[in-house]
Amino acid sequence: MSLSDVLSPFSAWKNLFRDPVTIPDPLNDRPGAPRYRGFHQNDIEKCIGCGTCEAICQNAAIDMVAVAEIATKPGDSGLRPRIDYGRCCWCALCVDVCMTSSLSMSNEYKWVDHDPDAFCFIPGVDLKHWDSSELGYRRPEGHRLTGIERVAMGELEPEVRADSFVEIVAGYDLEQAKLEADRCVSCGLCVATCPTHMAVPEYIATIRDGDYEQGVRLLYQTNPFSNVCGRVCTHRCETSCAARHEGDPIAIRWLKRHIIDQVTHDRIKQIAAEGRVSKPSGHQVAIIGAGPAGLTAAFDLAKAGHGVTVFEALPAPGGMMRYGIPEYRLPYDKLDEDVDVIRSMGVEIRCNTRVGEDISIDQLREQHDTVLLSIGLHQGRSTRIPGSEHEDVVSAVELLRRITFGERFDVPTTVAVIGGGNVAMDIARSLARMQRQQHGQVGVTLVALEAEDLMLADREEIDEAREEGVVIIPSRGPRQCLIERDALTGLETVHCVSVFDDQGRFAPNYDDSDIQIHDAGLIVEAIGQAADHAFLGESLTEALEWERNRIRIDADGRTSESWLWAAGDAVQGPDVITAVAAGHRIAASMMEAFAGTSAQTH
Amino acid sequence: MAYQPDRSQYPSRKPDGSLDIDLSSGKYLKLWQGPQHPGITGNMSVELTVCGDEVIEGKTHVGYLHRGFEKLMERRTFIQCFPIVCRICVPEPDFNEYCYAAAVEELAGLEVPERADWIRTLILEMGRINSYLMYLGGQAGALGQGVIGQWTTYVRDLMLDRFEELSGARIYHMFIMPGGVRDGLPDGFDQRMEETLREIESTLADVKDVMFTNAVFKKRTVGLGYIDPAIVDQYGVTGPTARAAGVAKDVRRDQPYLVYPQLDFEPVVGQDSDVFARADVRRRDLLMSVDLIRQILARMPRSGAVMAPLPNVLHWKIPFGETYIRGECSRGEYGYYLVTDGSGYPRRVNVRGPSYTHAMALLERLIVNCNISDVAALMVSLHTYPPEIER
Repeated sequence: MSLSDVLSPFSAWKNLFRDPVTIPDPLNDRPGAPRYRGFHQNDIEKCIGCGTCEAICQNAAIDMVAVAEIATKPGDSGLRPRIDYGRCCWCALCVDVCMTSSLSMSNEYKWVDHDPDAFCFIPGVDLKHWDSSELGYRRPEGHRLTGIERVAMGELEPEVRADSFVEIVAGYDLEQAKLEADRCVSCGLCVATCPTHMAVPEYIATIRDGDYEQGVRLLYQTNPFSNVCGRVCTHRCETSCAARHEGDPIAIRWLKRHIIDQVTHDRIKQIAAEGRVSKPSGHQVAIIGAGPAGLTAAFDLAKAGHGVTVFEALPAPGGMMRYGIPEYRLPYDKLDEDVDVIRSMGVEIRCNTRVGEDISIDQLREQHDTVLLSIGLHQGRSTRIPGSEHEDVVSAVELLRRITFGERFDVPTTVAVIGGGNVAMDIARSLARMQRQQHGQVGVTLVALEAEDLMLADREEIDEAREEGVVIIPSRGPRQCLIERDALTGLETVHCVSVFDDQGRFAPNYDDSDIQIHDAGLIVEAIGQAADHAFLGESLTEALEWERNRIRIDADGRTSESWLWAAGDAVQGPDVITAVAAGHRIAASMMEAFAGTSAQTH
Repeated sequence: MAYQPDRSQYPSRKPDGSLDIDLSSGKYLKLWQGPQHPGITGNMSVELTVCGDEVIEGKTHVGYLHRGFEKLMERRTFIQCFPIVCRICVPEPDFNEYCYAAAVEELAGLEVPERADWIRTLILEMGRINSYLMYLGGQAGALGQGVIGQWTTYVRDLMLDRFEELSGARIYHMFIMPGGVRDGLPDGFDQRMEETLREIESTLADVKDVMFTNAVFKKRTVGLGYIDPAIVDQYGVTGPTARAAGVAKDVRRDQPYLVYPQLDFEPVVGQDSDVFARADVRRRDLLMSVDLIRQILARMPRSGAVMAPLPNVLHWKIPFGETYIRGECSRGEYGYYLVTDGSGYPRRVNVRGPSYTHAMALLERLIVNCNISDVAALMVSLHTYPPEIER
């Protein structure tokens, strides 16, 4: 203790002469820091309602709620996050996890209201004065909580695959699949988009858990064609995937294939048969056409104990999956596996049985309670340009069918393909392979009406076709097939300025001065297909209601005839998964019709 | 000049060693200090038995703030635990964030970028300063010196501003995330931090003049709450409380973590082990943190990643494992014991808050024979934050 111990404390008096350190008007003079985690903002145009914010919120402060002015559409659930400030702890994990970066926080932190319920609000919908705030917490660049980039799929190199029909895509191995499955945020936007509403997040979860049998179980709940769809599905699910907003969507199609690849065929059959009704119901169903729609309906009906007979005109079941899709995209043995599971449900498939020739539709009607028409589109459409009646001008579907049959026909050194869709790519790439096998070089020219960026084929199909040597020329309209001394020599095309008119109708506009000649010993038309309804017979054709050359069906797939349903490309299109969805719907509709009615005696 | 009790007033002991206190004798009085009492550290209470103005026995009671964080975490995914751990210690939340993140990172095998380690160290030292500033105000306040608290609150507020611009929040920063930290330093941060540090140094000089060079403060605190260095380990005493007893324990030096091995510092040690010595150690430790922050800002990398690439946190599973992560917080050794079982949730999280040992067993020992007017100062000198007692 010293004198300074007594005097020194009085130095505190010096503060009497200092200015106060407090802020006189903190409500106005004290904005939050630029990174401040204040009240939420949500760009509702950007928000897709995926609900990852709701999933990550540890306080359960966020609920996804329907908003009147926002419609549900593919890739947007129509829901928006409602935040309860009675629960929120301002951790901003919702901002960090937001898949579109629509959610952010302003630097505003003052809010006075006499109504406690006001603090439960939908940012961006319930307008607030901080909605336009530029400052506040945003997810820092590169700060991601939902995993890494899409795992690249192993594929055969162009030089290896160009002359072979071996499957191009390698499939994920276990580690790759786990990594890819890890990226899924389980939002379920894909489920809503998928025509048959496959349980995508759930089956992807089985990959993470390594429970592949459960994965197969989930796949078979909605889709008996997982081998097929795991390879060639148009994967609209991936276009609505939340991950696509900041990178590549989850490779849902490849993950589906991965699951089915991991389980033995015998085990798949056992799993698919779980819940099968073994006691016959007595009802008999005839299905015309063993494509995806028909076989899916057959699977469901047979599993429920109904007798199903499928009549197929071609030598093997599968429809367009077999006769339209080249082997390098969908190996036949994989299709056979899916069909075999369906057969194992007790479905009888009679191949080489063309209704109308081998058996009449009236006979079918007499012998069965209900009939499903799922005949597909197996007639190629013609351009009807001059010279198109020449025997070397053929339709793509016919040629693809012949390739599937294993016919060894000679492909000329030059081929022209008309069309810019996936069928055109399929035939161009198939013929290119055969040319390479027969002549050692490729001479396929593909002309499409649409401009490069509007072509209907998948981007990867176009790129891969080019890699394999196919010359793709967009914006060309076919004018005539050139024939010299009865031999086809080439295709003349003109520049196509626009495909659609102002009203969006198909009305190509050509520039006739821009003419090109493409050498071609064979011209393949791949501009669309039609159904062959001739077998229906006059009276039935009369009786049915039609809609632009298609049989009119209701939402359940029923035609105007009470015993007849129709599905597949012939009435709906455009892809396997839509056909599968229709198959399920029709099976359910038929079973509903069976309920309460006793089986006919046949 | 230790307090000399009048032993004649003392109760005798029963055969089992407990005090023989006959409340009906009129000699003793039961008195509750807390849970609502200005002279109590947070939400706890001490059940005092006094004889005159001398404490004969003190029993600590906790549980008023029990929110069950450890249990809450068992039902939250690993990322969801991140926003709640900070709430285990209000004035210095960052140690929870760091220890939890480091435990998760170790078990999940994440490699934290170096820049993140520097920023984490910076944040922990900033938090330490805040905690000490709050303590100094409390220690002086417990002895009636309200002005110190006003000064330290002012500079603490400046530091909160730095926290706000760095992390986006003032109290619960939620900035140290498993994998790294959320972001780098904002533009101009160094300069504003330097201004804040200067203000802190100037305020601390005033505090030294008014609080530490003060006959009243010395009279009240010197000799009060003496902790025998021999019982430091026995009672699990750590941090400044141990260092004031001359035991140079400092996790930053003894079990180095983050970038402490690259920093230049020596643990601040005191001698007398009383309330005054503890306050002085903390004051000097605070100045050391100021120095450490300057070192960090001068040497930290300014570019590069601040987060390790994380797996998808929505279904993040961590393999079987257990680990204990420790760090030196302003009260002593802070630790997280984490057990994982391969699922997406922690199997067990145990938080070792230094207040647990200091505020319960140690206080019950020190409080005996203490004058009732010194109880508050004694408790504050143990620097207790009750939430970390009742995780």
